[in-house]
Amino acid sequence: MPPSALVEIRDLNFTYDKRPVLQGINMTFPRGKLVAIMGLSGCGKTTLLRHVGGVLKPNKGYVKMDGQVMHELDQAGLYAMRRKMGMLFQFGALFTDMSVYDNVAFQMREHTNLPEDIIHSLVVMKLNAVGLRGAQNMMPSELSGGMARRVALARTVALDPMLIMYDEPFAGLDPISLTVIGDLIRRLNDALGATSIIVTHDIQESLKIVDYVYFMASGVIVAEGTPDELRANQTGFVRQFMHGEMDGPVPFHYPGADYRQDLNLRA
Amino acid sequence: MAFIKTIRGIGHRVINAVWRIGVAARFFFLTIIYSGNSFRRFNLIIKELFSSGVMSLIIIIVAGLFVGMVLGLQGYETLKRYGSESALGVMVALGLVRELGPVMAALLFASRAGSAMTAEIGLMKATEQISAMEMMAVNPIARIVAPRFWAGVISMPLLAALFSAVGIFGGYLVGVVQIGVDEGSFWSQMQAAVDFREDVLNGVIKSLVFGTVVTLIALFEGFDAPPTAEGVSGATTRTVVTSSLAILMLDFVLTAIMFRGA
Repeated sequence: MPPSALVEIRDLNFTYDKRPVLQGINMTFPRGKLVAIMGLSGCGKTTLLRHVGGVLKPNKGYVKMDGQVMHELDQAGLYAMRRKMGMLFQFGALFTDMSVYDNVAFQMREHTNLPEDIIHSLVVMKLNAVGLRGAQNMMPSELSGGMARRVALARTVALDPMLIMYDEPFAGLDPISLTVIGDLIRRLNDALGATSIIVTHDIQESLKIVDYVYFMASGVIVAEGTPDELRANQTGFVRQFMHGEMDGPVPFHYPGADYRQDLNLRA
Repeated sequence: MAFIKTIRGIGHRVINAVWRIGVAARFFFLTIIYSGNSFRRFNLIIKELFSSGVMSLIIIIVAGLFVGMVLGLQGYETLKRYGSESALGVMVALGLVRELGPVMAALLFASRAGSAMTAEIGLMKATEQISAMEMMAVNPIARIVAPRFWAGVISMPLLAALFSAVGIFGGYLVGVVQIGVDEGSFWSQMQAAVDFREDVLNGVIKSLVFGTVVTLIALFEGFDAPPTAEGVSGATTRTVVTSSLAILMLDFVLTAIMFRGA
């Protein structure tokens, strides 16, 4: 593993119910960088993220994080490794029975013996970083989608993780929230000196903030490069995905019988 | 072919049922193993005691009162035929302490607190809160399941005792205050006939068993629920149905063991 890489994925293969989901994936996530994994829905992006988090075990290959192979860790080792990680779920996954404040303080209370006044200062600082210091007493049900995502972001970075994973962080956000979340992801990554992996299909917003991109289709990497390299890439799939074209390597029509036959027309 | 299909279908169902029992047993052992944290941080259990125990008080008190009043009426009508109206207190107390208190309180607990636990955990799963906890290196069985389990086990005997106490008061209201059974006989015969070990303690043991089983079923169904609206609603229904049947079956088994020949 190159000394600057925090996460390395080599020859990763995963099969679910006899269906290959990931095939021969090789990726490197350098320390301090923000890397996006893009692709169509169902192409295996989230499955890949679950391998990095140690939730799934590969059939072949490995994910190495900070020098350790994830699927070889026992539960204690896995939990120790997860303390170095943070994950933002698609819709925030805030604990609905806790206030905003308690959500952000959750990991501090679970994993540290910090006195409550120190926890208070840390929580207020984290909430201030996402602009929601004033919402600390609100319940998750009182927050808008964008606010919930920002609280979840504050909770994700509560213990200053080395690796931050984002699962579709831009899904369902209005344009202002989209920009705010994108900006926060970049700023928090740089301020914490962390490494970030963003799984997304929001091209415009993610290309503005990431350092490197992997494109996936049907469980394999079909293209990779910096945002500028991908913008200049005119090959079939990347072009279709980047420009949102209806037809191309990903066909508009789902495979079916002959159209004339379906319409019962005579030849 | 149809015959083979039917046999295969039955086989699948049996294997699935056995599989689920195995998974539930493993879930139960993990809950016990990971309970240490709940006792070290007892405030987690206290919070759940409020949700499952305190919030069930109204339904337990109201149901207990009416069941006791019905027992008073029915008991009086029956005992009057044999000229034994003075034994009304004994009949009401034994009926409640031995049987109706633990069983009715458990049935009400299953439908009020059990279904709420299943729905809450099922929704936590559907909204990825449990996955989020796992990713934060916090064991969800230790943090979510164990405190709720112990809250259920602790609150069930207390609720059953309250049900019996309120029920006896209901029987007193109808029997003594309304019908006019002698108050002295009502209480003194009850005091003489109800044995602490034979009746009260056995009732407490029953409610402890029911509390364990109902809470476990509720938590397992929630944890095992498919993360969809339909999955959570199905799990909630299964909690009430399975718990109710388990309570009634276990009640027979426990009664046969405890009161055989007594």
